[in-house]
Amino acid sequence: MESISVAQEEIVEEFAMFDDWMQRYEYMIELGKSLPLIDPQYKTDDYIIKGCQSKVWVHADLEKDKLVFTADSDAIITKGIIAILIRVFSHQHPDAILEADTSFIDQIGLKEHLSPTRANGLVSMIKQLKMYAIAFKTQLN
Amino acid sequence: MDLIYSPMDVQKIRKDFPILSREVNGRPLVYFDNAATSQTPLQVIDVITDYYKNYNANIHRGVHALSQEATDAYEAARQKIQKHFNAAHPFEIIFTSGTTHSINIVSNGYAQSLQKGDELIVSALEHHSNIVPWQMLCEKTGAILKVIPMNQQGVLLMEEYEKLLSDKTKLVFVNHVSNALGTVNPIKAIIEKAHAVGAQVLIDGAQASPHIRADVQALDVDYYVTSAHKLCGPTGIGMLYGKESALKRLPPYQGGGEMIAEVTFKKTTYADLPHKFEAGTPNIAGGIAFGAALDYINNIGMDQIAAYEEELLQYATAALEKIPGLKIYGTAPQKTAVISFNVEGIHPYDIGSILDKLGIAVRTGHHCAQPIMDFYQIPGTVRASFSFYNTFEEIDSMIAALKKALEMLQ
Repeated sequence: MESISVAQEEIVEEFAMFDDWMQRYEYMIELGKSLPLIDPQYKTDDYIIKGCQSKVWVHADLEKDKLVFTADSDAIITKGIIAILIRVFSHQHPDAILEADTSFIDQIGLKEHLSPTRANGLVSMIKQLKMYAIAFKTQLN
Repeated sequence: MDLIYSPMDVQKIRKDFPILSREVNGRPLVYFDNAATSQTPLQVIDVITDYYKNYNANIHRGVHALSQEATDAYEAARQKIQKHFNAAHPFEIIFTSGTTHSINIVSNGYAQSLQKGDELIVSALEHHSNIVPWQMLCEKTGAILKVIPMNQQGVLLMEEYEKLLSDKTKLVFVNHVSNALGTVNPIKAIIEKAHAVGAQVLIDGAQASPHIRADVQALDVDYYVTSAHKLCGPTGIGMLYGKESALKRLPPYQGGGEMIAEVTFKKTTYADLPHKFEAGTPNIAGGIAFGAALDYINNIGMDQIAAYEEELLQYATAALEKIPGLKIYGTAPQKTAVISFNVEGIHPYDIGSILDKLGIAVRTGHHCAQPIMDFYQIPGTVRASFSFYNTFEEIDSMIAALKKALEMLQ
């Protein structure tokens, strides 16, 4: 698995290929379709990320010493956003997830092109992924 | 009053609203979120600017000329509001920060007089601002909250309402128009039936005010509340109308300057109406601009506005109904120019996001009316709400944008 920073650079490059935000939205919708889906048994309130206008569920599991995320949402664009985050953070060591900076989000201009509620949701998602990293780090130790 | 625009000259009206000519995401703005807040015409913006440029001063207390001018303008605005809503006296109009503040003044006022087992009646169509203050009141007093149900069209069931009424009913609070669905409620009948059992009535007029002129004396309503920003005024200013007898009985909500007659450390006596409810320095420019906003819409004419908006509503409804899988929520025979809808299998938020990228401003979500969304078992809707400055061409743009969004999302 490539490192978090390499995955981030790739996404920044991909987003730079598009001329406008309609095309970027179309791309996000495509990414949403490739999201590794959460097992339906975890689509419960325990796995919901609070602070999103649409529903988002995220589940994390350890594969050896790497965290693997799965997720789902009832909104397609939200699925695209979480798919981007999972592409960056899944199959990584909890330490790497915790250390990772998330400036790639600013570089692709994602936050400013989301509605304020969705931008808040994005922050909540990142926070939740890092929370999982903290929890599993304790387990690894 | 002379009508400046007769018949409605929308292109001329649009020139009064500079914001309508801006672009969003490189496309001309189509503003269809009027139920959340209306845009502000130059005539109102100029009044605010003029106040700060020429006679900004604290009101009611100063001996100097500026204070007198500001006081006169503020009180003149109160009289305009009184006249617009046909209140019996200017002092029955209390300036507040908006509808939510107005409702809280009344709900807090009842905290001392309500007893355990007293009943309050709310409708299934309410905005959270007309639910939560009353729930808090019930928690404090042990009073019980009852709900008037609605049918699939979004129309309140009056026979069920009558069953809820009894001598235990102390207060009924219903909106004049539903913000989420646009339903116009039969408030005259609601008020009459409540009065028949000795209950008082508060009507939330926030959504009705831009479209329907309420005559508070003809309605015989005890309290009527609204916000200026829904009808071309600024945010942060609204009104609480209360019958003189009701407001005299209601204890003050906030203590402070301006609301007192005499203060000693032993006892304070409160000022007369309306000042009893207007503690502290108010939003003076806002109050004056509220009056100017009423002047503006009255110059166009409320009847003309209502007739034109009805045409927009019919046009948009017919166009939306042609889109496969689209469902409109709220199909009451009497409704204002609000359309809440969803498209099968698509989250309203996704539609709203794409429309925004195409320059179309709509609202998505539960519209602060979660009980309505629960009733229909949906997470929310897309809501397009029209104003008299909107055009048929803008509706065409929305339909085209919606089709594009559905292509991407389906």
